[in-house]
Amino acid sequence: MGKISNEELLQNLVDKFGDKISQLGDPYGLLTIETTREELISVLSYLKTEQQFIHLTDITAIHYPELAKPFGVIYHIHSLAKGIRIRVKVFLAADDVHIPTAVELWDGANWMERETYDFFGVIFDGHPDLRRILNVDDMTVFPMRREFPLEDPNRIDKKDYFFGR
Amino acid sequence: MSDIQIVEAPPGVEGSGFFATKLDEAVGLARSYSLWPLPFATSCCGIEFMATMGSHYDLSRFGAERLSFSPRQADLLMVMGTIAKKMAPVLRQVYLQMAEPRWVMAVGACASSGGIFDTYSVLQGIDEIIPVDVYVPGCPPRPEAIIDGFMNIQKLVQTESGRRREDPKYQELLAKYGIL
Repeated sequence: MGKISNEELLQNLVDKFGDKISQLGDPYGLLTIETTREELISVLSYLKTEQQFIHLTDITAIHYPELAKPFGVIYHIHSLAKGIRIRVKVFLAADDVHIPTAVELWDGANWMERETYDFFGVIFDGHPDLRRILNVDDMTVFPMRREFPLEDPNRIDKKDYFFGR
Repeated sequence: MSDIQIVEAPPGVEGSGFFATKLDEAVGLARSYSLWPLPFATSCCGIEFMATMGSHYDLSRFGAERLSFSPRQADLLMVMGTIAKKMAPVLRQVYLQMAEPRWVMAVGACASSGGIFDTYSVLQGIDEIIPVDVYVPGCPPRPEAIIDGFMNIQKLVQTESGRRREDPKYQELLAKYGIL
């Protein structure tokens, strides 16, 4: 199996999925596509089985509060055989942050999805054990969401009165 | 030739064949020159502590030769480094396992106040969970500063009452942290 270019891979995906995927560009040569929650698993399993994207590099999320669908879930996938990477994005509405799990495709998705849940509160439906992985268990917020302040509220030595303000 | 200095005796009444002083002061003197520190080193301040224990600075000159890696036998908890909130219950458990009398030294900016890590995942100073006797500033502090902090602990040990745990003020302090 030879190498494949971004254009060929995108053409294959468009032939297969039509208007259910859209290209978001290829910054730094990294092909980026967007799809919907309903089509995500079929896109990912097509990439894994037909295009040999056997290596799931990372799952993460992003929060753009100003967008209609503020939560983006991002999959970085790598085809070692074809020497190419791809980025798959799905955007979700704020009142319905659910997405199907990718654990069936890659076992490595387990901890990555737990981490994404831990920091962004994205709920991966069908995940075998979706609980916090890095933060303290009794944390009640999802700290990477924009509405949550980064600084610790208990910090006292940065209060204004120490600086005459 | 080595110049061996012996510590001054506490004030007392001396006569032919006897010396009388207060028990608290004799006990405090003995304790202060045989503190067993428990190094709770989580980051770069711990490296400075290793330099402090090394032959150049040599904390054993102050009677702290014997580090205790079990909290049960330790007298002084030296917290050196960033304490993440996930680490906080561990640190508290270590403190609870120490027997009275016990002292705590927060070494460096992170242990004292959270330091540069003003963030949701880091404890903003260990005094949020356990009482602290001496704070050592610095990021990280030089070994001289750690020794200075240690000598301040020694002063505390020498001057407080022999049974600090029965002092109402001390009990109130512990109760504030939910420790009985």
